[in-house]
Amino acid sequence: MRNLFAFVAGGLFGAGLFVSGMTDTAKVQGWLDIFGDWDPTLAFVMGGAIIPMAIAWRIVARRATPVLGGTFPPPPPVRLDSRLALGSIMFGAGWGLAGLCPGPSVASLSYGGVEHWVFFAAMIGGMLAAPPVLARMQRPVAAE
Amino acid sequence: MEQDWIWGLIGGLLIGSGGAVYLLANGRIMGASGILGGLIDGSGKSTWRERAAFLAGVFLLPIALLPLYGTIDTNVTSNWTVLIAAGLLVGFGTRIANGCTSGHGVCGISRLSLRGLAATGFYIVAGGVSVLVFRHLLGVI
Repeated sequence: MRNLFAFVAGGLFGAGLFVSGMTDTAKVQGWLDIFGDWDPTLAFVMGGAIIPMAIAWRIVARRATPVLGGTFPPPPPVRLDSRLALGSIMFGAGWGLAGLCPGPSVASLSYGGVEHWVFFAAMIGGMLAAPPVLARMQRPVAAE
Repeated sequence: MEQDWIWGLIGGLLIGSGGAVYLLANGRIMGASGILGGLIDGSGKSTWRERAAFLAGVFLLPIALLPLYGTIDTNVTSNWTVLIAAGLLVGFGTRIANGCTSGHGVCGISRLSLRGLAATGFYIVAGGVSVLVFRHLLGVI
């Protein structure tokens, strides 16, 4: 049952990325390109996505456990650290460079052509490189 | 195009609904980089089925919708150097920061998480600078 709901959630996510145009790298880069021909679409996608999620967090606050059991995620840490900043800056730089982030990368694999597989493979490589680097960092931060 | 923002809003509502299902049913935060990263580096071994099922949904639903649209041009660059550099940065950066546009952005901002808001600020500014530098100054993309 957990897998079925995970599949439904992923399906909604994938369908949303698809119909919103967020797998079109020109729309993503167009939103980031405030000095060019600015494309506002991404702001509507982000705004639209936050509405159901904000409602969901309200429901979480009134429930003891998830519908399928287990526990809800703990409250987010309030501490900011260099890891969060550095990682996000690196992510943003790559996001602007190709116009792809992890969700749309997966959603577009079936129709984006070989370029999307090249990006995906490199992204997997970057993800695999992260744990060894993190382990060597002097002051490891507790995982969220 | 004028309809783009409407489809953006509809798509956004679908994305947020997916996040709501994953949170309320499975008790998990819908973050694409965390779900994928945990699957491939072994840190999410105990929940691999759930992760794989989620990613299967992300991968398969666009295929189901594709016939309605015909061909889709993603306008992606054909420069492999750019693709590889960008992929490495996105993969490495999201794992270091523990989240991407879905986890920190959609799920974090909607619960007013300080870390989600801060991460989103950082990656949007970095993305804007990246487009400015590589498109307008260097002309690479």
